Amino acid sequence: MIETRNLIKTFRDGDKETPVLRGIDFRVAKGQYVSIMGRSGAGKSTFLYQMSLLDDPTGGEVIIDGHPAAHMSAAEKTRFRLSHFGYVFQDYALLPDLTAIENVLLPLLMQGMRKSEARALAEAALKRLGLSERLHSLPSHLSGGEQQRVSIARAVAHHPKILFADEPTANLDSESSRVIMNIFAEIHREGQTIIMITHEEQYAKMAEQTITLEDGRITTTLKNR
Amino acid sequence: MLSQYFLNLRIGFFLALRQIKRASIWTTGLIVFVMVLTFLNLVVLSGILVGLIQGSIEQWHEEFTGDVIISALDDKKYIEGSANLIALVKSLPEVQALSPRYSEGALIEANYRTKKDTDKPDTAGTQVFGIDPASEDRVTGLASSITEGEYLSQGDYDQVLIGQFLLSQYVPVDDPNFAALDNVTVGTKIRLTIGEVVREVRVKGIVESKVDALTRNVFMVDSQLRSMIGRNDGNVDQIAILLKQDASPAAVRERLKQSGADREAKIQTYEDAQPKFLKDIINTFNMLGAAFSSIGLVVASITIFIVIFINALTRRKYIGIMKGIGIEGSAIRISYVLQSMYYALLGSLIGLAIVYGLLVPLIAAHPIDFPFSDGILVAPLGQTLFRVGLLIFSTIIAGYIPAWMIIRKNTLDSILGRN
Repeated sequence: MIETRNLIKTFRDGDKETPVLRGIDFRVAKGQYVSIMGRSGAGKSTFLYQMSLLDDPTGGEVIIDGHPAAHMSAAEKTRFRLSHFGYVFQDYALLPDLTAIENVLLPLLMQGMRKSEARALAEAALKRLGLSERLHSLPSHLSGGEQQRVSIARAVAHHPKILFADEPTANLDSESSRVIMNIFAEIHREGQTIIMITHEEQYAKMAEQTITLEDGRITTTLKNR
Repeated sequence: MLSQYFLNLRIGFFLALRQIKRASIWTTGLIVFVMVLTFLNLVVLSGILVGLIQGSIEQWHEEFTGDVIISALDDKKYIEGSANLIALVKSLPEVQALSPRYSEGALIEANYRTKKDTDKPDTAGTQVFGIDPASEDRVTGLASSITEGEYLSQGDYDQVLIGQFLLSQYVPVDDPNFAALDNVTVGTKIRLTIGEVVREVRVKGIVESKVDALTRNVFMVDSQLRSMIGRNDGNVDQIAILLKQDASPAAVRERLKQSGADREAKIQTYEDAQPKFLKDIINTFNMLGAAFSSIGLVVASITIFIVIFINALTRRKYIGIMKGIGIEGSAIRISYVLQSMYYALLGSLIGLAIVYGLLVPLIAAHPIDFPFSDGILVAPLGQTLFRVGLLIFSTIIAGYIPAWMIIRKNTLDSILGRN
């Protein structure tokens, strides 16, 4: 489903070059749940951004369903992200002016859905995540765990090909984290492909496979199940 | 392509509506207040400047020329064949009233009884109009301009109405170009000299107006003036015509011209008869108004620019997130443009309500008392709507540019807050 070949990312600051990804070969099959671990600065987030088309690599390739991402224009990438990817960020990344349901509705409407159809999908996604009472709450009126659940609802409402999650439990207490991880496990059981960065081993082990990055390279690949 | 545009418009509207709905009421109020002030600056400033002259023109029209004014040809002393012309004018169905006038240059003198041989005579040059008091009042309402004394009656003998600026007590500033009589008031006798004919007349009333033709001239009963100038053929110098409501002065002028009346007299609508300098002043004030308004427009544009720039800058992370999850940059830009339009539209609507609901009727009922006119607020709807369009257009540009500047930044840099 998604593959990287010799993926390289180097940041330049004047003459100074900082290599972050040093040639990563990686493959995730459809329906797989992969966790990525590593110390801070190992290149986990940078790796996720390249795969999820939020950033352009310095070298190598990202191939999605057999199509090289390098051949896509910026507008095509935007549309691809909208239709085929879902994102869960560490800080929830909800839009503060929009209510829970509006946050979920927005990308669905952008896909050209009719409002009624989009609303039905958004409501279903939020209700499934236990937020049926919070549909019309603004993010500032929700707890961290609730906000992250809205964020997950937004990411999965349109049934994306791949769900990218960047440390989704980093800002949550252990109870909320457990709830979030159970949700991930549940949607994965239904066939959702997930690529998740985490610092916490117990959550990493909930994925089928855990890879560890060190200094811009994959150093270990562990099968958890 | 078109469907993508409508989709972006739809999303832009979705975002703008919610941002406006959930924005601080104080911030929105302040921005709209600036827009209202800008609108008022655009419309009222030039409207008052033009209205100041327009008021003068309307008074000239209503108090002196009527709707159509017929006067002697430039090379003639009076209108030849006046009787026929008056009959023709009276036969027109659009005509409500007319006032034939005689007019002659004269010298008036006040201190002729008391002055010693070495004293300077207290004189002033003026124009004397011979009028039929009732006809003149029907056309110009001259009787209502009498502030002291009484209006003329047809049988008045050797009595005159005198314009206030011929009397020194009413002249605000001494002007060496315009002499005025001292110690003359209602009941005072003055000496009137027309050519070789000298007559002592009594001041029956004082005319107060902001129209120079009334305040610097003298009026007497037409038969009296006729006897002084020795004109017995019935030929007059001017005919002021009041038309019925909704009748077109230009159409009446054309009908009179088609009848050949322009061979004997100059036929003008009140607009044709306006002094050229008034038209020039209106154009100048329009230009000045446009210049001042442009400054207001620039200030409003800068205000919107700053508001949208700060708004977009503080939301840069969220703009990045939106782009990250696949929302088109165009849709986000449209949301900011729509917000700018909302501020400009709301400001303009409130401004329109203030101008047409309050200022125009208020100033029409209580004109601004300028020294030379009763100023009104001139705000033709067409021009006002053009200015609304101008305000909205400039705010769209002022909203679009900062939104474009922020939205074009790299998506990931925006999400991560990197510069």
